[in-house]
Amino acid sequence: MAETGTVPNVPTPRRRLLGAMRTLFTPLLPDDYLELINPLWSTRELRGRIERISPEADGAVSILIRPGFEWPGHLPGQYLRIGVVVNGVHHWRAYSLTTEPGRADGCIGITPKLVPTGVVSPHLTQRARPGDVVRLGGVEGTFVLPSPAPRRLLLISAGSGITPIVAMLRSLDRDGALDDVVHVHSARTAEAVIFSERLAEIEARRPGLRLHLQRTAEQGRLAPADLERICPDWRERDAFASGPGEMLDALGDHWRSEADSARLAVERFQPTVGAGGATAAGGRVRFLRSGIEAECAGHTPILAAGESEGACLPFGCRMGICHTCVGRLRAGAVRDLRTGEVHETPNEMVRTCVNAPEGEIEIEL
Amino acid sequence: MSTTTTIEPPRAATENPLSRLSAEQLRAIGEELDAIRDRTMADLGERDRRYIESMIAMHRRLATLGRALLLASHRRSARIAGTAALSAAKILENMEIGHNVMHGQWDWMNDPQIHSTTWDWDNVSPAEAWKHSHNYEHHTFTNIRGKDRDLGYEIMRIDPEQKWRPVYLLQPVYNLLLAGFFEWGVALHDLNFEAIERGEKSKGKVREELRAIGGKVKSQVLKDYVAWPLLSGLAGALTGGRRRGRQSFLATAKADATANLVRNAWAYAIIFCGHFPDQTYTFSEDEVAEETRGGWYVRQLLGSANIEGSPLFHVASGNLGYQVEHHLFPDMPSSRYAEVAPQVKDICERYGLPYNSGPLGRQLGMVQRSILRLAFPGGKPKAKPAPYRAGGG
Repeated sequence: MAETGTVPNVPTPRRRLLGAMRTLFTPLLPDDYLELINPLWSTRELRGRIERISPEADGAVSILIRPGFEWPGHLPGQYLRIGVVVNGVHHWRAYSLTTEPGRADGCIGITPKLVPTGVVSPHLTQRARPGDVVRLGGVEGTFVLPSPAPRRLLLISAGSGITPIVAMLRSLDRDGALDDVVHVHSARTAEAVIFSERLAEIEARRPGLRLHLQRTAEQGRLAPADLERICPDWRERDAFASGPGEMLDALGDHWRSEADSARLAVERFQPTVGAGGATAAGGRVRFLRSGIEAECAGHTPILAAGESEGACLPFGCRMGICHTCVGRLRAGAVRDLRTGEVHETPNEMVRTCVNAPEGEIEIEL
Repeated sequence: MSTTTTIEPPRAATENPLSRLSAEQLRAIGEELDAIRDRTMADLGERDRRYIESMIAMHRRLATLGRALLLASHRRSARIAGTAALSAAKILENMEIGHNVMHGQWDWMNDPQIHSTTWDWDNVSPAEAWKHSHNYEHHTFTNIRGKDRDLGYEIMRIDPEQKWRPVYLLQPVYNLLLAGFFEWGVALHDLNFEAIERGEKSKGKVREELRAIGGKVKSQVLKDYVAWPLLSGLAGALTGGRRRGRQSFLATAKADATANLVRNAWAYAIIFCGHFPDQTYTFSEDEVAEETRGGWYVRQLLGSANIEGSPLFHVASGNLGYQVEHHLFPDMPSSRYAEVAPQVKDICERYGLPYNSGPLGRQLGMVQRSILRLAFPGGKPKAKPAPYRAGGG
């Protein structure tokens, strides 16, 4: 099965009624018919309608989404898996929620930034329109403000890493909890700061918030040692950092050697798996149901490698046509030995008879 | 547009074009067909998604229309129109949608609902069992005598090379029964009685499969013969009293049975024309030992036959009128078969291969004649078509 949205909070009477009507529609669900009238009425996966799209700096846009059912809630700093159809194919990506939880209008927001070589971000930033329906997956992420929020905070972000930080600031602002917060943000120029107006507006209203902007084109990158100057009491603050891996690595080292590393939380954006050569790289395959592990060479299908280790795997034609052998890819990437195409979407169904691993993988079989 | 074929005098039963082709030619054919597949699959996109979504929407509209009309099934016009709409819905759902989605033709969309692993159809045959016996067994071992259980479905002698047994004398009778109750035949066929007899299936597995069939039968029967008739009965009773209520209940149950019968007979006709007309070849296991990818393609090509018809006919038959293309590319979206057909014909012409095809009446006629003739011992392989020539020359 392909990746799907989270199960919505459907009021119990409605769920009961739909359940009672199943007999009339089997093997389909009443949902299958109701979705033709309004796709937001699906009770098996949460969907949302785009309400508003507003351009932000640096090729980003803020997208406000109204979920079809009551939003289950999130913590500031968490991200959301969102599914869109691009050229006929469902794609899923995770984006930090940039709105505070519990908004009066019931909407949620994300702020994707254009990655010109990507698939989903060009769609969301350039082609999506208000009224479009998107699928909403589960809310995930442990990069969140504790509750109650610590009084003294240091928030560090760079580029589009600002998105979870903005949700934290908005949430603190709404709760009147911006008592003593220092936000250090890096961007190439002042014009490239996503959310700059909103941040300035909050800073003007809340004396407890102090912003420091590092304009890297002019001032160079933020070095961890700069914190002594920008925020001398940084050691005494709970710190949250979100941005490129290099910056987070440097901050992590700095906290470990100079302060209490337990007081630094970081949000890493998912690393991209490098594409290999013409044949697969090969690697270790872990079959999650049986727990069997197999070394799989770059030219060997996952199915064959598993069987040689004695795993009992579903199989059919062994030539990629019958789809009997599919398993859910839980981690890693695989390469289709026929086409050379790499699949690395988590939870994608892959045919084990024609795919070989690109490095270590886990598969639900 | 007529595409085929001059009929040549019968050759020796064992000679088929597969044995004429060199290893080099087979490899080249394999590469050319792979290239067609790759080109088409790389081109899939929004247009294809719109196609299958429109088919699904049409099915649901037809089903809604049919069910709604049958709420007034005491009226003759509503009964006839409702039965027609429901029959059309069931045909569309089984053929162009269910069969093809469960083949994985639409898995590329990565859609959680329109996906081979989650789809179930309006049919008593459970999706899982069907996918095994059809997608795997039939599509892998197409027309290999002794391996393709769809060759006569284990109960019919459809090829003179199959050994005659006295039970085949009855096949003209159960042929007709199968046409009317095709979905039930498919459900039982998927159980694979021969494997059960040979002890190749554990009792637990058989029980599990029977339970799956039982579950499908129960929900299908409840829907078509209890729930919707009750709703019609209720509507009738509310508008015209008890008598009309009873009348509507029975009329709707009958209409649902008719729709199932129509769908079964249609599916039977289309599917029996896929591999059983005279033009198709069957293969011994020896002929296909150590088969290459090219050899597999040529076997699919020789073992399948198309049905010619209008675009509406192709939708109603789930594009199985393009049986040849479907067997070459079983997981290619059916909407693309019409587009690749000329390329397949071109390959046939260049390599001196036949492209089996004919109108529905002729194809079905041949199949019925074979079923009657082969009920009795003997019978000779039929004349096979000459290599394909564009323009039918």
